[in-house]
This record gives sequence, structure tokens and C-alpha cells, in this order.
Amino acid sequence: MSALAGIRVIELAHERCAQVGKLLADMGADVIVVEPPEGAAMRRHGPFAGDEPDPERSLSWWHYNTSKRGMVLDWREGEGREALLALLQGADVLVEAEDPGVLACHGLDDAALTGALPRLIHVSVTPFGPDGPRSSDEATDLTLIASGGIAAVCGYDDHSLPPIRPMGGHGFLIGAHYAFMALLTALIERETSGLGQKIDVSLNAAANVTTELASYNWLVAEIPVMRQTGRHCGSVISMPTQYECTDGRYVNTGVPPRTGRQYETILKWFRDLGLDADFPETVFLEMGTQHPVLDLTKVGIDDEITAIYSAAREALAFASSRMTADQFFQSAQRAGLPVGIVYSPDEAFEDEHFRARGMQVTMNQPQLGRPVRYPGAPYAFEKTPWRLASVAPGLGEHTGDVLAEAGITAPGARKGD
Amino acid sequence: MSALKGIRVCDFTGQLAGAAATKWLAAFGAEVIRIEDPTNNGAWDLVRGTPPYVDERRGHDLGGGFNNHNTEKLGITLNLKTARGREILEQIIAKSDLVTENYAAGVLERLGFGYERLKEIRPDIIYVSNCGFGFSGPYRQFKTWGPIVQAVSGLTFMSGLPGREPAGWGFSYMDHTGGQYMAMAILMALFHRKRTGEGQWVDMACCDAALTLNGSALLDYSVNGRTSREAGLPAGNRSVWPAMAPHGIYRTAGEDQWIAIACRDDADWERLAGVIGEEWSGQVRWRTLARRVAAQDVLDALMDGWCAGFDKFALERRLQQAGLAAAAVSDARERIDEDNANDGFDLWPEVEHSAMGKVRVDGLPVRFSRTPQKIRRGGPCLGEHTEKVLGELLGIGAAEVAALRAEGVV
Repeated sequence: MSALAGIRVIELAHERCAQVGKLLADMGADVIVVEPPEGAAMRRHGPFAGDEPDPERSLSWWHYNTSKRGMVLDWREGEGREALLALLQGADVLVEAEDPGVLACHGLDDAALTGALPRLIHVSVTPFGPDGPRSSDEATDLTLIASGGIAAVCGYDDHSLPPIRPMGGHGFLIGAHYAFMALLTALIERETSGLGQKIDVSLNAAANVTTELASYNWLVAEIPVMRQTGRHCGSVISMPTQYECTDGRYVNTGVPPRTGRQYETILKWFRDLGLDADFPETVFLEMGTQHPVLDLTKVGIDDEITAIYSAAREALAFASSRMTADQFFQSAQRAGLPVGIVYSPDEAFEDEHFRARGMQVTMNQPQLGRPVRYPGAPYAFEKTPWRLASVAPGLGEHTGDVLAEAGITAPGARKGD
Repeated sequence: MSALKGIRVCDFTGQLAGAAATKWLAAFGAEVIRIEDPTNNGAWDLVRGTPPYVDERRGHDLGGGFNNHNTEKLGITLNLKTARGREILEQIIAKSDLVTENYAAGVLERLGFGYERLKEIRPDIIYVSNCGFGFSGPYRQFKTWGPIVQAVSGLTFMSGLPGREPAGWGFSYMDHTGGQYMAMAILMALFHRKRTGEGQWVDMACCDAALTLNGSALLDYSVNGRTSREAGLPAGNRSVWPAMAPHGIYRTAGEDQWIAIACRDDADWERLAGVIGEEWSGQVRWRTLARRVAAQDVLDALMDGWCAGFDKFALERRLQQAGLAAAAVSDARERIDEDNANDGFDLWPEVEHSAMGKVRVDGLPVRFSRTPQKIRRGGPCLGEHTEKVLGELLGIGAAEVAALRAEGVV
């Protein structure tokens, strides 16, 4: 059995909430994504299969709409609106990301939704919430990353270079994750109360509380922070943690050793690799083994502590200059040091660990007549596994089925009419 | 009534990647009991005593991050190396719906509380583990921090300017997001148990969750055979999926001040060109997306030059009034204290912390119409609720708790 089996979801197609529908559908909910007659805007987003810009070949659409059924319904029009309301009578959840006021102006205000349908959980994802001072602002993924505080802390030590928006639609994904958590919380509560409710999610608010120390350094102590290359922001410029290896790829050296045991680990790793003789600061690594816990409050004050602390970071940088990124990552981790390799997404996808974890899931892709590998489960459930039930729907693929199930013979005709 | 009232969590999570998950549960009324080790003052959770601090005091009850991530939770200490400590833990587990943790894979089992043992104690227990690489696979013994998860999963790579080293993320994005996926896993397992009575284990790996966030790039690879390096990714602040131009973060007046502008289509460009109102912006060459994309180097240089004369907030308002998507790149002071965008949400609630006093923390970016959410109590001091939990939950009297304390059990 799937965790969300039997949960019927109506999703009004929008790039801001596509991930919410995917998370639901891949865990077993019956998600019906409702598109306008011209198709969802995301169908025109690349990349495209075979680089052919075609609404049935958008890989963004394919990714974000797995396991869903799809229908075409012009829900803003009178008859289409009636059909949507009829569908919602049999639904548990409505997920949408229309601009504030759009649903109400088409006769789908709160009274018509959660008011008339008391079991319905209505999740509304908007850039700035439904009614705040900036609720009518225009926003994209880029502008949300900027207003939400993420861009300010991503970038380079060189501040003549701009702050950076990490690619991947994270301005939408962050809000979608909170939206999904919220609707699951409401579903659990409904099991007891029998009642649904309206949930508002602000994408800007979501980004704002997803910046770790960039927010709480200010909240707690009004400490401003600045962006730094490939590592955490901070109030001062910190030592680098990202290094280029001999093959031109990068590694991340993580949090440096702090305990005597960790110094023993790094020293043993250096000796095993024969790097200890060449590394000029091996003596400080040896001294580090004598400290049960290095007193980091004395870094910069006590010369010996500072030298020991710096030596560990220097050691990792030194090692990265002597081997490939793969060698560094594998050998340091096997020695017990938490470090990372900066993989491109496809390199991660092909890595033996992710493959062994089932992170490649193959489905037959009708548009291509061949199997396609998709990214796998974000979580491994023992009893109610995540799965891909189907590829993303073609435009209007299930319109007839969905209307027939709801007893609607044609858009606009209510059941029993 | 709170949505998750009546749910009890035996919680071993910490840092941010785990603590964020149970913070959500506690905000919606679940009783979250954090179990910490009295023999090392809860040192496993690094942020317990690390900066920022509210004042000059230092110590394991004064870490600002810990308070931020552990609001509304109860905190007790238990020495699991003692028989009595393990016995008390068993009693807590027997009365809990969930056991949650984000130790390295296998640590809880070595403490004597692996999933098989948990099921013996409570057959319908939900166990959600959260670690970097998960409990299976060749790297199951590898260790991670947020930045390592981001590096290994492709997220770091996807952030940066073309031809330069990765810019990555200036914070542990995957600690937040890993915590969110852990919360999703917990909530779905709870929903399933509510409907069927069946518990289960969820092996949540931050790296797995992170990898799935690269969907479009991964399909470009698996369908088109194009690696991200071959595709010239990352694309800096430019938008390739969907194509937009101009699309960037441009320097404005002042030191290190910037604005993000996204011109979504040709209609947007017409409006933007109208606002710019210069000779170059009126040129026919910029009127179609294809030509704007093809000449982005030139266009971005022109945009940089134009934006440089404006205050970022004034320009943001001017562009928004023209119906354009633009936002100043805001720092913490600007977005937390000076922006009214989040006024409709209780986004930075002030909590009462037993040692730190009143402190603001991250709230939740969601609003429920019918059920309440609450973030008012600060994170627990070490063992702050030991008497309360042992007394109210297990009926262990104050004298016995004192004896346990003397024996080093709590």
C-alpha cells in the first residue's frame, strides 16, 4: 500500500507548485494536474528531449509531473469552473499557485472552496502570501532568491562579482517543501476532526527562514554576514574549504578536525599516503593529537592552537593538490574524514553509491519509444515505498477518464444533471 | 486544537538537518522529547554552544543556532551507557509514536536501540533515521555536513559563474532541506499508521533528497546524453530553463548593492525598455527573446550600466510598478527588520529561552485557517525537562530523579 493511497488531489498546473504535486503523486496520491487548453506554461520550458521544443517533450514537465494524471479544463470559464467545482467535491486536496485574488475573481473564493467543501484541504502557494503589503509584486525564482536572502550569501570572496542564484528552481522548491509538509499535517489532523482547511504558503517567507546562520546571526546578535567562495557566509573572511584537485575538479574539505582523535585520523591518512614527509606542518598535526579537544576560542590568540588549527586545513589543501578529486574524496572518507567531491548532477547520478541506493529509476517513455532513467526516491520507506507510477501525462491525456469518473459527461455538466 | 496534539516523539535529532524536522512537529503540538547525553553536556549537537550568542556568556545552553532549531521541544538527559538509563529510554520509547535521529548510520543500533529492538519495545513504532548517505550503499559509513551533501549531490556545482570555481551555497541548504524531507517522511509514516495501525522505518538520506532536486539537469543527461559540464552549466544568474533575458543580478548604487531582474518574455521587455527609456533600449534588436538571449553579454553589460545609477529599493519599486519581476538583493537587516513583505506571517517570533531570555527565531512560512501553530518557548537547556518528563510521563518521583542524578544516569 502507498502512504497516500486514496488521496485525491486537484492541482492547477503552475511552476510554483508542480513539486508539491510530484511529492504527493510519487507517494501514491491520485494527483490530477489541470491544464488550460494551450497547455501548462512549463511545457514550454526546456530542456527538451532531442532539443526539439515541443510541449510533449519538455524535460522539466516530464520531471515535475511523474505519477500524475492530466486533464485539460478551462476552469476560469463558466462551464469549466462548474466542472472544477464538481471535481473538487470528490477531492481531498486542492493545490494551486495562482496569483492572489485570481481564484476569487473567477468565483472560487474561500466560501466556494473550503467553505462549501468542509473536508477540502486547499493549499495556496503565492510569492508573498495572499494579502501582505507586497502580495501583488511580480516574482520569479531569481527574484525570490534575492528577496528571500539567499542570493546575498551565495557567491565569491571577490565582491566585484555578483551574488549568485543557485540554479534549479530552489526559490519554488523551498516553498513547495513547506507546502507539502503543511498539507500532510492538515491531512493527519483531518483524520481526527473530519475537517479540511485553507493553507497559505509564501515563497518569499519560505526562503527567508531557509538561510541558516544568515538569518539567525542577525536575529540573535545583529551580526551581518558576507558571501564567500564555496563555503558558509560569515562576519569575517574565513579560510577556504573548497580546493581544486589535479584533475581540475573541486573538493570540499568540510569542518576541520577539532579533537585529538580527529588529528590522529588525519595524521594516519597522511602517513598511509606518504604525504607526511612532504607536508611542512606535519609536526602541528602531531601536536594536535595531544589535545583531547582543541579550544577553538583560542584560535588567533594562542600561537600554538592557531598553528594546530590551521595545519589541519592546510593538510587537506595540501592533499587536494596531490591527487584527483575522486581519489581525495574516496581516500579521505575511507580514512574517516568528512569531505566531499563537487560532482555535477550527472556525475552524482552515475556514482556507484547513488546507483546502489536505487537513485536511477527507469520508465518507458512513449514519446521516445525507449526507457528513460529518472531520479529516484528522496526517502526510503520500509512499508509504503516511494515509486514512479507513470510518466508525466500528455496534454489532456486523462480528461475523459477523470470527467467520466466524476460523472461529468461534458465540461460544465454536473453529476446528475 | 493543534494538528499534531497527542503525538509523542522520542527525539535524538540535532544540528539542523534533524532538529528542523522535529521543530515543525513541535510547532504543531507534538510532544517532542529530546534525549541528550549528560556525560558530555550534549556535545554531539555542535550548535548547542556555538555562536551567535545574545551576550558575553558562553556555554552549552547559549548557542543561538540551537535555540533557533529546537523551539517548543522538551529536553532531558539520559546516560545510555548505564543500565538504568537504557531502561528509562525503553519506557519512553514504549510511550512514543516516533523515534527520530540523525546520527551517523548505525550509531543508535550500537547504543542498543536499532530498529529491531525498537519494534520489540513498541511494535507499531515509527523510526525515521536521517543521515548523509543513508543506511545502505558503498558510502554508508561516510560522514557528511550540509556543505558535503551539497557538493556530492550536484547542488554546489549548479551554483556559480561559468568558467569559475563553484560559488556553492553560503549556508547549509541541505540541512534545512534534509530536515524538511525528514519531516515529510515522518508525517507520511504517521498518516499511514493513523489509517492502518502499521509502523515502519524510513531511511532518509540527505544526499538522496538533494540529488532529486536536480531533475531537469538529470533528464537532460539521461535523455539527451548531455553532461552538465558539456552543457556549460552552471549559467551564473542567467535562466536557461526557461530561457529569459535579461535575467541577472546587476550592480546598483552604493557599495556591494545589487538588484535581481527577470525579464520573462517579449511583453516584459517592452515594459522594461520603456522604463529604461534610453537610445539603446529602444533598438529593434532587443525585441525578440532569441536575439536578447544570443547577445546576453552585451545586454547584461548595458543593464549593469543602467542599474548602477539607482538605489536598489527605489529601482525595485519602479520596475514593480511597471509590472516587472525585480527584487533588491537583501541582507538580513533589510529583509528581517526593514521589509514588510512577511507581515501576514509570524515569521520571526520571539521566544522565551530559560537562559538566554527573549530571542527571535525563524518561524514558519505557512498559515493554517483552522488549526494553530506555536513557536513561543525557546530550545531546552541541557536536561531542562528531565524532572518533568520522568515525573509526568513515567511516574518517577523527584527523590528518585535526584538519586538518578547522583548516579550519573541523568
